[in-house]
Amino acid sequence: MEKRVVFQSTWLPYALLAPQIAVTVVFFFWPAFQAVWFSFQLQDAFGLKTEFVGLQNFAELFRDSHYLESFKVTGLFSILVAGSGLAISLLLATMADRVLRGALAYKTLLIWPYAVAPAIAGVLWAFLFAPSIGIITYVLKGMGIDWNWIINGDQAMLLVVIASVWKQISYNFLFFLAGLQSIPKSLIEAAAIDGASPFRRFWTIVFPLLSPTTFFLLVVNIVYAFFDTFGVIDATTQGGPAQATQILVYKVYHDGVKSADIGGSSAQSVVLMLIVIALTVVQFRFVERKVNY
Amino acid sequence: MVENRPWLTFFSHAILILGVVAVAFPLYVTFVASTLTLEQILAVPMPLLPGDQFITNYSQVLMAGSKTGSAAPVSTMMMNSLIMALMISVGKIAISIIASFAIVYFRFPLRNFFFWMIFVTLMLPVEVRIIPTFKVVADLGMLNSYAGLTVPLIASATATFLFRQFFLTIPEELAEAARIDGAGPLRFFVDVVLPLSKTSIAALFVIQFIYGWNQYLWPLLITSDESMYTTVIGIKRMIVGSDAANEWHLVMATAILALLPPALVVVLMQKWFVKGLVETEK
Repeated sequence: MEKRVVFQSTWLPYALLAPQIAVTVVFFFWPAFQAVWFSFQLQDAFGLKTEFVGLQNFAELFRDSHYLESFKVTGLFSILVAGSGLAISLLLATMADRVLRGALAYKTLLIWPYAVAPAIAGVLWAFLFAPSIGIITYVLKGMGIDWNWIINGDQAMLLVVIASVWKQISYNFLFFLAGLQSIPKSLIEAAAIDGASPFRRFWTIVFPLLSPTTFFLLVVNIVYAFFDTFGVIDATTQGGPAQATQILVYKVYHDGVKSADIGGSSAQSVVLMLIVIALTVVQFRFVERKVNY
Repeated sequence: MVENRPWLTFFSHAILILGVVAVAFPLYVTFVASTLTLEQILAVPMPLLPGDQFITNYSQVLMAGSKTGSAAPVSTMMMNSLIMALMISVGKIAISIIASFAIVYFRFPLRNFFFWMIFVTLMLPVEVRIIPTFKVVADLGMLNSYAGLTVPLIASATATFLFRQFFLTIPEELAEAARIDGAGPLRFFVDVVLPLSKTSIAALFVIQFIYGWNQYLWPLLITSDESMYTTVIGIKRMIVGSDAANEWHLVMATAILALLPPALVVVLMQKWFVKGLVETEK
């Protein structure tokens, strides 16, 4: 869609675009270009010499068992975050769509965690699950479960998943609720008259009609698990114990900032960029299809 | 409501109440912990009813900061967070509204090129270009400054798209009438486009304020000076050991202070928040 009526000026549009383009070039394109450039180079420990090494950094990366392990961790982490986050939010949204009384109150009480920074979400849950003083740890001990996420990798993973899902439920809930409310009531009424139970109506009518929303949220949640959960991890497990929660983004940060391995970290950045590009393409192909409905 | 099924309605309420309680539980425990003494928290299990240290703990973090972690008072950090959130949200809205106005209301060479340039930035989140962006900011001498905290984050493809979508829905007749009356593009922008965009601006402001307030990785990288810490970074710096070594009563008071402003924005401006959330994702 384009405007028919436009204004004429030789310089004004450039002046209006200048601030955004300037910021974009200086802080997006130039660093991204440098990331690609560094990824083909090897720096010595003091940063005095750099050597062009071609694809060597990438080759080493994919021979590094830690890096491959980090891929697995990221995969497991995003499946757990996206899967459980979507399931819980869909359940809550379906229930909120059903009730008449108190619907707004429920909504308000469920959406506020969106405002909590991922790092804070991590701290809140780390406190509840703290090995010696945590209140949930105490309850778990009472049930005979020995809880210590500082030494147990599976428990550390569970902790970061819970904190990440807790923060993301509000977002998923809002989109599911909007999706549910846009489903024509007549379809559901017709099925009810034909004697379909609420459970059956959900799986045969509501869930299929909701699939565009679900797919959209799936992509958003995977992107969230890949990138935005950095704060959760850095504030709680810091990738440990023994890299059990070291997702790809955290490894880029760890190798680049803490271990000062510029070449390796840049190569990881480039791999991550390719993943983001793939995810964005998937999302936009889907958005285009939705527009054509 | 399609049919009356009292048991199902009861079940729905039960699930929702369970959800609300599960979501609120960490917040409640945090609040309780922020009103206790450290000894009370370390006594396992900690009490689950608020104590009497509310004023002591909050005034200590606001005025003096913690002893073991960072010594900067949280009031300074909250001011930094506020400045950062406002600069990011206002800056983003300002530069993207004029950029989309140029793209929608003008035809000029390289227009599509610029549009795509902005579009691709969607694919470059801060997290994937940490080190080079840090180097650029360091070379420009912007470490430990508000400019360094905010400027790299204010270019946003989502805001530009949102305004572009909205401008495309403004009736052609308005621009036509403005041109017949002899109004130039800037006059048209200020008198017609800006007033019409009020709701979009409000919605975007809410989302971007929360985004700015909650920034983590970027301030973590470029602030080393305690007086430039934001609240979210301050908490991270207060956690020194992982368990009983922390001053948990102060950490928890700071956590409440860190999440209160954006949570209030969400709850009080719910209408704009929902609108902003849904529209930025279109």
